[in-house]
Amino acid sequence: VRRLTIDQVAGSVFAAFSILVLWESRSIPFGFLAEPGPGAVPVLLAATLLVCSIAVVIGGRASKPLAEIHWKEWPHALAILAACAFMALAIERLGYRLTIFAALLVLVGAVERKGWIAAVIFAAAFSFGTYFLFNTLLRVPLPQGPFGL
Amino acid sequence: MFETLHSLSMGFAMALTPHVLLYAFVGCVVGTLVGVLPGVGPLAGISLLLPVTYGLDATSALVLLAGIYYGAMYGGSTTSILMRIPGEAASVMTCIDGYAMTQKGRAGAALAVAAVGSFVAGTLSIVGLMLLAPPLAEFALRFGPPESFALLVLGLLVLAYMSSGPMTRSLAMAALGLLLGMVGMDTMTGLFRFDYGVSELGDGIGVVPVAVGLFGISEIMLSAGQNMRADVRAPRLRELLPTAREWRQSAAPIGRGTLLGFLIGIIPGPGHVISSFVSYSVERRLSNHPERFGEGAIEGVAGPESANNSATSGAFVPMLALGLPSGAVPAIMLAAMMIHGIAPGPLLMQQQPQLFWGVIASMYVGNVVLLILNLPFVGIFVNILRIPYAYLYPCLLAFATIGVYAVNNSVIDVWIMAAAGLAGYVLRKLEFEIAPIILGLVLAPMLELNFRQSLALSAGDYTIFFTRPIAAIMLGIGLVLLVLGMRSIFMRAARARMAMGLAPAADTGPERNR
Repeated sequence: VRRLTIDQVAGSVFAAFSILVLWESRSIPFGFLAEPGPGAVPVLLAATLLVCSIAVVIGGRASKPLAEIHWKEWPHALAILAACAFMALAIERLGYRLTIFAALLVLVGAVERKGWIAAVIFAAAFSFGTYFLFNTLLRVPLPQGPFGL
Repeated sequence: MFETLHSLSMGFAMALTPHVLLYAFVGCVVGTLVGVLPGVGPLAGISLLLPVTYGLDATSALVLLAGIYYGAMYGGSTTSILMRIPGEAASVMTCIDGYAMTQKGRAGAALAVAAVGSFVAGTLSIVGLMLLAPPLAEFALRFGPPESFALLVLGLLVLAYMSSGPMTRSLAMAALGLLLGMVGMDTMTGLFRFDYGVSELGDGIGVVPVAVGLFGISEIMLSAGQNMRADVRAPRLRELLPTAREWRQSAAPIGRGTLLGFLIGIIPGPGHVISSFVSYSVERRLSNHPERFGEGAIEGVAGPESANNSATSGAFVPMLALGLPSGAVPAIMLAAMMIHGIAPGPLLMQQQPQLFWGVIASMYVGNVVLLILNLPFVGIFVNILRIPYAYLYPCLLAFATIGVYAVNNSVIDVWIMAAAGLAGYVLRKLEFEIAPIILGLVLAPMLELNFRQSLALSAGDYTIFFTRPIAAIMLGIGLVLLVLGMRSIFMRAARARMAMGLAPAADTGPERNR
């Protein structure tokens, strides 16, 4: 398993995805090749992806081994993804300012360990400042939360 | 010719109105900042400012976004020269000789030549854009569905061919992007596909969240944690004057870089990056003293910096004339146009002349603004590098989220952005090209519509793609590129077979035969 190359693994994943798409397309009417229906182009594209993926796997024996890739920045990457997920969950419930404030506070204070006082000042300034910029000056409506915040 | 001048004067009347001028200026400032900051490319910059453009009229929006795009090319040179940190990918070549010049105490001269070269290239290439785009659009007006289909296929194949690495990898990425574009309502029958009951997916997967995720979020994920503190010394105004000899040495490279950049920029692919590499190697080959390159040759700064600026104008040619984006940044701008209800394509210039010529004229204005921003004020911009990345990236993340959310006020879009961010992060770690995904996503609806309309025209006869001359030529070129791109795979397979057949028991083990 340790010998697997990037292309062999990635190509297999893409191939699996294209098969999944082919399977999911079975309920969409294909029509005929001469008169393609709504399902025809997805099926043709998934088939193209399948062919390309197999070619990637076959041609990928000489590519870089997967084990050579280092994921040393993963804690930060994970924190950023978590922040995205939090913002998606919170923005319509807590409103723009509270959501961004909380996300920035945690990222700067806990993930980057810049000190809580600095983090609070920074998060408050950014969230309220950008709200003023976008909502008030540029008239891009942003969601409000409880207490009109 | 007279007609062009007349239209251009109309464009200038538009571009010089105070509010359009303001947005051109803002775009240039933001573009320069984006260019100076490492880890924030023009794409991330454009996505950050997208929410700002929703309240604007279409012309101001496009002027702003275009300003960011070419502004980033100016700003990218600054950190390359002063600190050997490329602000964005197109400035990598500038690092070599630009930083060598800094070490010799000629940083000011390098900055000045980069800015002036960018200005000359930017201005001349807009002339090229202005002269080339209208006839091209006129030609494309004759395109029916088969020709449009062939053009889109060719665009994707050229992009895949120009991408780094084996062509199958980038083709797989393009197919992936096209498949993502299949989500949502089928325009011809009104049937919903792959929406899984989520009403937001019925409108399809948005280009903006995918682009911001794939490029912006993944970039932040890749570069967070590496905390570099910059020690910068901004050059004084007095030092910014190159000597007469340095001017003489850079004149020809600027000219060649302009031409090369424009031509490469038109072709789909990361034109601004490729053109700077090509320009650098051309200058070194043409030089009488190639050994000076790498030791602070001013030609090595002048050529690539002119080329990458010229390439951005080149990229506007297919985008404005044909509605065919040549890369990820033009694809986003195309999406921004569609948000404002403007249909891209060859009819754009006839239906929206004030938009087209206003954008062109504002690019002339923007280049002047950028020259001023990048010469006397370069010291101010360098100071932004003093902001620690630990504070900067949370801001970028928040901006990206607002931008994505505000397009449709949709939380689903924020989730799509997060998913695309993860995908972009993994794919970039695995060294896959992600630009074809965006291009595929943007082009998918047009590709499908033109494909099915063509077959409706011919009553199901596939020869329609090969009997109409323009379509046949374009598909023929595409086929040639496909064969050329696949050649290395066939050759490798043949070599492996030969090695196995001819050297069965040699001292090299089988796993060492490639």
